[in-house]
Amino acid sequence: MSYSALLTDRDLVQMYRWLVLVRAFEDRVCDLWTMAKLMELPHGSQGQEAISVGACYGLRREDQVLPSLRTRGAFFLKGISTRIQMAGMFNKTTGAAEGRASSHHMGDAKRGVLVGSGIIGASITVGVGAALALKLQKTDHVVLNFFGDGAAQRGDFHEGLNFAGVFKLPVVFVLENNGWAEMTPVAKHFAGQDFACRAQGYGFPGARVDGNDIFAVYDAVQSAIARARAGEGPTLVECVTYRLRGHCENNPVATCRPMAEVEAWRAKDPIPKMRGQLLERGVLTDATVASIDAEVAADIEDAIAFAEQSPAPDVNDLCKHVYAPESADLVAGRRS
Amino acid sequence: MREITYREAIREALREEMRRDGSVFLLGEDIAEYGGVFKVTDGLLAEFGPDRIFDTPLSESAIVGAAVGASLMGMRPIAEVMFADFTTVAMDAIVNHAAKMNYMSGGETPASLVVRMAYGAGPRWGSHHTQSVESWLTNVPGLTIVMPTSPYDAKGLLKAAIRTPNPVIFLEHKLLYGKKGEVPETEYLVPLGVADVKRTGDAATVVASGLMVDRALGAARALAAEGVSIEVIDLRSLQPLDEDTILASVEKTGRLVIVHEAPVRGGFGGEIAAVVANKALGFLDAPIQRVGAPWTPVPFGQTLVDAYVPAEAHIVTAVRATLGAAGV
Repeated sequence: MSYSALLTDRDLVQMYRWLVLVRAFEDRVCDLWTMAKLMELPHGSQGQEAISVGACYGLRREDQVLPSLRTRGAFFLKGISTRIQMAGMFNKTTGAAEGRASSHHMGDAKRGVLVGSGIIGASITVGVGAALALKLQKTDHVVLNFFGDGAAQRGDFHEGLNFAGVFKLPVVFVLENNGWAEMTPVAKHFAGQDFACRAQGYGFPGARVDGNDIFAVYDAVQSAIARARAGEGPTLVECVTYRLRGHCENNPVATCRPMAEVEAWRAKDPIPKMRGQLLERGVLTDATVASIDAEVAADIEDAIAFAEQSPAPDVNDLCKHVYAPESADLVAGRRS
Repeated sequence: MREITYREAIREALREEMRRDGSVFLLGEDIAEYGGVFKVTDGLLAEFGPDRIFDTPLSESAIVGAAVGASLMGMRPIAEVMFADFTTVAMDAIVNHAAKMNYMSGGETPASLVVRMAYGAGPRWGSHHTQSVESWLTNVPGLTIVMPTSPYDAKGLLKAAIRTPNPVIFLEHKLLYGKKGEVPETEYLVPLGVADVKRTGDAATVVASGLMVDRALGAARALAAEGVSIEVIDLRSLQPLDEDTILASVEKTGRLVIVHEAPVRGGFGGEIAAVVANKALGFLDAPIQRVGAPWTPVPFGQTLVDAYVPAEAHIVTAVRATLGAAGV
């Protein structure tokens, strides 16, 4: 019996709804970017939504996620609202770090989201450290550590996975292999056949799954989570997918990709795929599909209105939060 | 009062803070079973066990990166980077992650950690095991940079460093590990950011850090024999920088010599000179002098190392230069 076979109809509809929300959010912010309404340059995850939704569905609040650039769904599934994500993209004080960080690197300690990194791959060791803490604290919570194929070429991939393997840490490395590191195809930055086999060299299992199949992702990650909770250590889950947008909205896909490749992957889009499966099983109807689309659209428009009405950061707070507050017996004389 | 070594003082600080706070733990290369290559952590494994102090792979980036991640979960890691020269490998975790966590989380999750490292020349260990790296890090907002010179300060500053919620780089000079000094057995803290006037004088001010404080005190004794009384300030931390103590001294003496072991050019002495030039120029009776290493990697053999590291004679010469100056 697979983990996904145990999902109820309610779970399935909920997962589908998350997919639709992530896609609609990403598409809408790309539109807003072209209209010069956003402060944050979008790094779209269109095409990869099944990974963040499939991996994060069913996580505990205490479980930690460390999102990559393309893990928008992780924020939503961990309970960060569309409003807060959108306010982050508008660089408002209601968004990430009161307007000090971009939405896709935001953390939220209360909800189990670790602060991400603009240094691609560097977050791998940070996520490993969070898993180290969970182990030292004798919990059975886990860390989902997301990164892409580009990040997997960083030295931190090696240091992080080796460290996690040595200490049998409760971490699942979710590698979003979307075929492209910025504008460089994976075949030009990787001579190997797959990434999953690297796990063997670190003494733990690796799995390679169809990242556009939400059930394949869910099953592989749930299996890895069970292993981690049981104290058996890390797993590397390589999710093969495709990024349908450019690296960011400054690099339109048509300027840097063979469009035949893009079209071939559009046919494997994870969202119509899941929708078709659920319609066929009778879990979804055309009416519920339409109502989900409408609800999601309303949610996003509400978030945009919220973001537009939120205050921008105050320049008088320019040097706020450089240091956490300290008592005078520990530190004297901080100045900017 | 009892006397213990700088090494023992650091170990005491670690032991006391580990006993006080169960979230404090130590990670690094060869620190547990072997007790550290400088034996600073010797004996801690026996008392605290392998969940509180453990050996890691040779992975400085993962050591500090994991310390950052663990701190986000409420732990208080103390990472050891065996030689300060290896900071380069951990630089991203220090500069882009530890230093910026409080800021990028809007004040929610500072990286509450200490990175201890041994720095400085003296032993014949060549260009990759002897550098004074502090100025690589002093231009990074979010960091605190500490350089203790005495056993008393090493213990009190480290205890404060472990308790502050902000990330601290704790630089231990490898020639100081065996130095003895008075350390009370009762609990105390030395706050970060407060310089210490080690010797008062009125002819010139010498501002120094780390091992160079001892060299400056040696120079002060030599000059005192000639009837020249200089004031010696131990910065103790570069970030925060105790500007008030420096400025008050310069306003009294009118002359300033800055000493550090790192190369003069681009060194932190330039920052101190700029602060004094900006805030106390009118008090200066002579141009500011800087003493530091020449513009070369740290050499290997003893003859060249001796020529490289600032000595008392260099400091005496610099003080005489300020005294001989006719004024600015």
